[in-house]
Amino acid sequence: MTIENGGGDVLVSARGLKVHFPVRSKGLRRRQVGAVRAVDGVDLDIRRGETLGLVGESGCGKSTLGNALLRLVEPTAGTVTFDGTDVTALDRRGLRSLRRRAVMVFQDPYASLDPRIPVGRTVAEPLEVHGLHPGAQARAARVAELLELVGLDPGVAGRYPHEFSGGQRQRIGIARALAGEPDFVVCDEAIASLDVSVQAQVLNLLRRLQRQLGLTYLFVSHDLAAVRHVSDRIAVMYLGSVVEVGTAAQVAGRPRHPYTRALLSAVPVPSPGAERGRERIVLRGDVPSAAAVPSGCRFRTRCPDVFEPCPVVAPALADRGDGQLAACHLHGVVGERVPADVAEAGRLP
Amino acid sequence: MSAAADAPARGRALTAEVPRWRVTLGLLARTPTAAAAALVLLTVVLVALFDDQLAPAGPNDVDVQARLQGPSAEHPFGTDDLGRDVLSRVLLGAQVSLRVGLVAVGISLVVGTLVGTLAGFYGRWVDSLLMRLMDVLFAFPALLLAIAVLAVLGPGATNAMIAIGITYTPVFARVSRAAVLGVREQVYVRASRSVGASDARLLLRHVLPNAAPPILVQTSVSLAFAVLAEAALSFAGLGIQPPAPSWGGMLASGRGFLEQAWWMAVFPGLAIFLLVLSFNLLGDGLRDVLDPQQRSAMEAGRRRIRSRGKAEAAADARGAA
Repeated sequence: MTIENGGGDVLVSARGLKVHFPVRSKGLRRRQVGAVRAVDGVDLDIRRGETLGLVGESGCGKSTLGNALLRLVEPTAGTVTFDGTDVTALDRRGLRSLRRRAVMVFQDPYASLDPRIPVGRTVAEPLEVHGLHPGAQARAARVAELLELVGLDPGVAGRYPHEFSGGQRQRIGIARALAGEPDFVVCDEAIASLDVSVQAQVLNLLRRLQRQLGLTYLFVSHDLAAVRHVSDRIAVMYLGSVVEVGTAAQVAGRPRHPYTRALLSAVPVPSPGAERGRERIVLRGDVPSAAAVPSGCRFRTRCPDVFEPCPVVAPALADRGDGQLAACHLHGVVGERVPADVAEAGRLP
Repeated sequence: MSAAADAPARGRALTAEVPRWRVTLGLLARTPTAAAAALVLLTVVLVALFDDQLAPAGPNDVDVQARLQGPSAEHPFGTDDLGRDVLSRVLLGAQVSLRVGLVAVGISLVVGTLVGTLAGFYGRWVDSLLMRLMDVLFAFPALLLAIAVLAVLGPGATNAMIAIGITYTPVFARVSRAAVLGVREQVYVRASRSVGASDARLLLRHVLPNAAPPILVQTSVSLAFAVLAEAALSFAGLGIQPPAPSWGGMLASGRGFLEQAWWMAVFPGLAIFLLVLSFNLLGDGLRDVLDPQQRSAMEAGRRRIRSRGKAEAAADARGAA
């Protein structure tokens, strides 16, 4: 299966990426009795200089995918390529240089800074780890520069995290991420824990930094409105797999997958008239457990448009026109047939 | 107005130049209980160093004629059943008790924290192996284990310290493992790993400092237990060998004369009490001073809080721009 996301210089790409967490039996033997398929066969390309928004509801595996791309969790299967090198095959030294070039901004700014270390030393950590800007003076100068870059007073380097507000802390987290001059930044729900007024500030900061430094972002979020605002392209995840990828305008304006449509219809519109006239798609039931994934199409248990091929053919993420990819049979049945015994059971083993 | 805003800023610039440990000491000195405790400990250390000069009589100057005398000008702490001066013996015993406490707890602190930290940080089989070893030690009654160790090593002061150290090692292993387990999953540890920090760096820079408070508390509690354990071992004839004075040994032998000569037990007991209390208070003070959040609450005058509000508003304004 080949995925062409349509041109552009690809910086990060995943092929058949799986992250399964073993479920073990209780007792002494602790046999593996199953697996939580947090990420289950993801193909994704992230182009140099773009912002790829990754949306989906909680538990769909988007954060795990972000972590797996940076190899902060070990993939169970599949490959991740970063700027031409296979991340999954890196040795200790290679991994260190990856850690300089590909970084993460975390969700909770209250938990992501060590409370016992002055923020200046937190920002300096990547410099120390990678031996950049050696010498106390050069480091202090670089830290001041970084703090200024994210809109903080360089004089605060000696202060501790509890002396800052949430938005300021997130700026410090961003300064730490950028210290080693990375190419790729995974923003893992980076604005979810912030006040709405501060969210906009941090989003604008991230955009400014992207222009200034030529960064590539994977913007992981459950907030579709924010993702639409910052992203060049959007990928939609459901139950461990990517169900739709396209430009922000394509995905938001003309969604191809029923799940994307349902997600979009749940985003509030700030106009009572438009809100009233809008069709709302309310999905039936709950998200199935990632330890018991339905056979064929994962979304079929909740899909309003389910039909015959859905349980027996796993839909491929295929081009549905203009480079917009969707994994749905409504646009032509494309995909692999599910083995008979799996189709019989109705879920993956 | 502007002068008031400038003053704290200058104060901050000053603290930035003063080394961290001196600021820490300064804060500690301003905590009354910790300062008092440190003073008592300093006194005990001085007594231990200069006990020869301080003691009015030799520790083993037996005067059977003057036995079991109450406190008087000649013998401020009275005399014991052999007519020895209790004050002199308490002064000379300081060194023994202090050394046993510090060395024994030092052994269990270093070994126990190392074991517990590795077990908690690496988990899986490292955890199972190390902690089951600790459980074996933990399963024996403390005193019985110490006696067994002394049976192998032979009686004596040094071996008593080792025995007590081994006995308290599992306690430190458990406390530090639990603390490390809690810290290991913190986002800031993951964040540090995500920028490429090595395991050693994670442990030394982030995990241990954040896991330290319960270990520090355990240390001050254990110092107390170690001094008492030495007493018990000496009582059984396995620790400090008589007639050398030790507070524990004196307390134990004074017990038999509690009705005729309360001073025999009370003065060494008071000495132990003071030492143990000081260790505990100093431990508490240290824990507070080393916690940045408590620390800035302590550093903060009202002026500082006002100026911080201003600095934050200014930084927010910069962010918005």
